[in-house]
Amino acid sequence: MVKQLLLGLSFLTLISIVQAQVIHQERSLYRNIIVEDNGDLRCLKFNVRSTKTQQSCFLKSQPQQLVFNYTKLLMTSLLVMPEPKRILIIGLGGGTMSNTLAQLYPQSQIDNVEIDQAVIKVAREYFGFFENSKIKTYNQDGRIFIKRALLKKQQYDWIILDAFNGDYIPEHLMTKEFLQETKVLLSRNGILSANTFSLSELYAHESATYKAVFGDFYQVSNLANSNRIIIVSRDGFAVDSLNKNNIKKINTKLHTYGVDIYSLYHNINFTGTEQSWPKNTRLLTDQFSPVNLLNTQ
Amino acid sequence: MGIELLGGRILAPFFGSSVHIWGSIITVFMLSLSLGYLFGGKLSTRSASLATYGTIFFIAAIALLPIALSSQWLMEVIFLNVEDSRYGSLLASMALFFIPTVILGMLSPYSVRLLVTNSNESGQIAGKLYFISTLGSALGTITTSFYLVLWFDINIIIFGFTAALASLGLLAILISKTSRLHKMEQVNG
Repeated sequence: MVKQLLLGLSFLTLISIVQAQVIHQERSLYRNIIVEDNGDLRCLKFNVRSTKTQQSCFLKSQPQQLVFNYTKLLMTSLLVMPEPKRILIIGLGGGTMSNTLAQLYPQSQIDNVEIDQAVIKVAREYFGFFENSKIKTYNQDGRIFIKRALLKKQQYDWIILDAFNGDYIPEHLMTKEFLQETKVLLSRNGILSANTFSLSELYAHESATYKAVFGDFYQVSNLANSNRIIIVSRDGFAVDSLNKNNIKKINTKLHTYGVDIYSLYHNINFTGTEQSWPKNTRLLTDQFSPVNLLNTQ
Repeated sequence: MGIELLGGRILAPFFGSSVHIWGSIITVFMLSLSLGYLFGGKLSTRSASLATYGTIFFIAAIALLPIALSSQWLMEVIFLNVEDSRYGSLLASMALFFIPTVILGMLSPYSVRLLVTNSNESGQIAGKLYFISTLGSALGTITTSFYLVLWFDINIIIFGFTAALASLGLLAILISKTSRLHKMEQVNG
């Protein structure tokens, strides 16, 4: 099944070279937004030339399938947070994460935060992003949303930080102070999952900062691309925090979405047992955060 | 320009990195520079001297200090009271950058006053001054954004600017003192 899908996907990419069709294009305040159809595959792209441009993709005939690697990787978080009631997603993209989680947890409340109004519009029009009384979208900077949410004493079980793309990283969403704010926003045993990078000099600085705020964390990455998912917990993880008991249940749940939780489980690293950056790495703070410069080095 | 560039960084934790942040910062800098030019020109008509010139440098240096020392609580107060981050960032830029930029703006016309001795060459001197100050802005922008932020904390960079301005001010005051001593000696001798 997986093989067939992969084959199908590579076939689609193959014909896409010939048949990629831009069905919508607009320049927003922050970026170029392009919606492209490749046969059955529809993708949201920011910027044309860069190779790291695809933000979100879905198959029109099977909208449930998670096409993107990192969206699948994000699902690893369910091993430590099997029943999130209140979810905060920073960075909407095509709204894939929100849609998937809404189907998985129809009773849960999902708040989406996106800085670019144009992205919200495109997600609604072209990617079937849906909202209701439980699923809300806020057009705001992520850091401000979190600061305001703290004032209102809100709490989330799961915060998903998906605001980084390869071209520009919002520097104020990577600092120690920012992570401390998200930590206060987490409920008891609440977790934060960040979709971020595994290459460049930034890796060490980012890892050290997460560890300084949250203690040891889990990370999953895929060799095929440069994404990695960091999973941290408000109360810190012990060496054996991964709950293998519900893995079977989660696997059945995620099967429809094309996620193989078993292989994800085997790809997880715990920084408590294996730390892959120098101990004296400088932390990223609101005072020192040359994130985009570090990402090029 | 170095300070203006850091402005975006300083405001981001409270007011985000939306486009309007830069709108606020640039507006405040332009507004305060324009007022600074006006006040500096006015001040230069009243017995202009190198000592006063040095004092302006010195005051500018002191006016920069709150950006490093008081920005946190200032921004927090504004954040709590102003819900709309456009006006929040505008207010915060005003509170942090208005006074030092006005004072720095005063330096340009005052320099013209000190350097021009006859009206014939005034255009050339003004041209040279624009050249130096704008080139300095360009260099300040590139070194701050390419290198300084990679090496230092924001506050350290601001303290660096403060130290540079203060020492230039002291230098000007010292030179004016010694040259006055010289003149007195010549008169007395």
